[in-house]
Amino acid sequence: MEIIKIMVVDDEPGIRSGVSRVLRDFTVSYPFMDEACKFEIIEAPTGEDAIEMVNQNLPDIMLLDNKLPGIQGIEVLEYVSKNHLDILVVMITSYASLEVAVKATKNGAFDFIPKPFTPQELRSSIETITKQVYFRRMTKKLNTAGKQIRFQFLSVLSHELKAPLNAIEGYLNMIEEKQFGDNVEDYKQIVDRSLDRVKGMRSLIMDLLDLTKIESGSTNRDVKELNIIDVAQLSLDSMKPFAIQNDVFIYLNNHQEIIMKADAREMEIVFNNLISNAIKYNRKDGRVDISIKPKDNFVVIIVSDSGIGMSEDDMSKLFNEFVRIKNQKTKNISGSGLGLSIVKKIVDTYEGDITVTSVPDKGTTFTVTLPLNH
Amino acid sequence: MKKVLIVDDDMDYLFQMKMKVEKLGFEVITAEGQYEAEHVLETFKPDLAIFDLMMENEDSGFILSYKMKRRYPDVPIIIATAVTAETGMSFDVHSEEERKWIKADLYMDKGIRADQLQREINKLLKI
Repeated sequence: MEIIKIMVVDDEPGIRSGVSRVLRDFTVSYPFMDEACKFEIIEAPTGEDAIEMVNQNLPDIMLLDNKLPGIQGIEVLEYVSKNHLDILVVMITSYASLEVAVKATKNGAFDFIPKPFTPQELRSSIETITKQVYFRRMTKKLNTAGKQIRFQFLSVLSHELKAPLNAIEGYLNMIEEKQFGDNVEDYKQIVDRSLDRVKGMRSLIMDLLDLTKIESGSTNRDVKELNIIDVAQLSLDSMKPFAIQNDVFIYLNNHQEIIMKADAREMEIVFNNLISNAIKYNRKDGRVDISIKPKDNFVVIIVSDSGIGMSEDDMSKLFNEFVRIKNQKTKNISGSGLGLSIVKKIVDTYEGDITVTSVPDKGTTFTVTLPLNH
Repeated sequence: MKKVLIVDDDMDYLFQMKMKVEKLGFEVITAEGQYEAEHVLETFKPDLAIFDLMMENEDSGFILSYKMKRRYPDVPIIIATAVTAETGMSFDVHSEEERKWIKADLYMDKGIRADQLQREINKLLKI
């Protein structure tokens, strides 16, 4: 069922409850729709309330009376169009004012429903508008899933690949021009920096290969029963040297076998990314705690660290491609910015869930929930 | 000695640019991102600034230019980026209309040679 949210902005309680009643059990379906649409009604008694509520809970459609006690409907409409809110606004008006109608149309009102209206008139208007909302949603989905994202991905990717090449090339030029004189020792710093950039680039390419594998779909996948604790242990073992280097201790808090259906390689990528992040963004003598427990038909994997944490704002962007949290605390930490987006993609293919909580300077906790029988 | 502020979130590029510009006979102050640069600009007025475009945000360089022009309208700004070559997007600050929203005096490719860089800086500083 597709849910379409309708906000009714009218000062008469009778109209608001009437609209709710008429649309509560009403559904719209067209042959081209995968699912029927049903409606959720949000009521706003004044224009001020509507503007406030719009910002918390964006409706798809707004049924807007013009005559309101405070600011007028037409001003609410102006607010919607000025802020480019994606709402189809339908003015409810008694035909009185041509001026209002003209102004409303100019401000992007989608339709008018004359007042008073019968339940049938309301339903048929809503039916037409729903079709429009549905088309808009589909177009949006196609756009975001398709070209635009691809283009952005490629342009950022080329930036990420070119930056280390530029840096290395710059250093090589400096060496060629003997900018620090004839003593080889004096070039140690820039050679080390070049090697670091090569390393960074290699890890980016490895991540890209992971990403391509996941995106290419099921062909190479090998989903079978496995003990998820074994995979975690394997990943933990491979991360140990890195942890020791960073003075971080890793603990796997339970060892009892948990059998689930999954691709071992994909699970390893999930653990590798979460654990290496927990090490990288930690503090000296910090710890990483991994807990894996079954819950109903799911396995819940929790990886928490005692590291630098992050702000609410950073968390919201975390799973996007090439997002790296940049601040004073992270400036010496390298990464491709792809790790968590890869983890998210894998979790999505299992129809699982990943969430994050974090407190700056205290630490971050990632919780991954996966079905045992995918 | 004239002072040049260079802002870039790639510490290697920043280091290399610093060397290049110092060699041209300027004193160089660096910042590793938009926010650090904003902080620096609160108390420091350079004679010229060179900003990277994509730092904390995709348009950090533009935002920084805008803010700096508000504070020091007379200080020339160069935006140095590799964006054009990568995306095919092109913006230059030659037309009046572009000048209105891109508050920079010159747009420059990151791979610029030292002699070209010197010419452009001298032109902007009217040396």
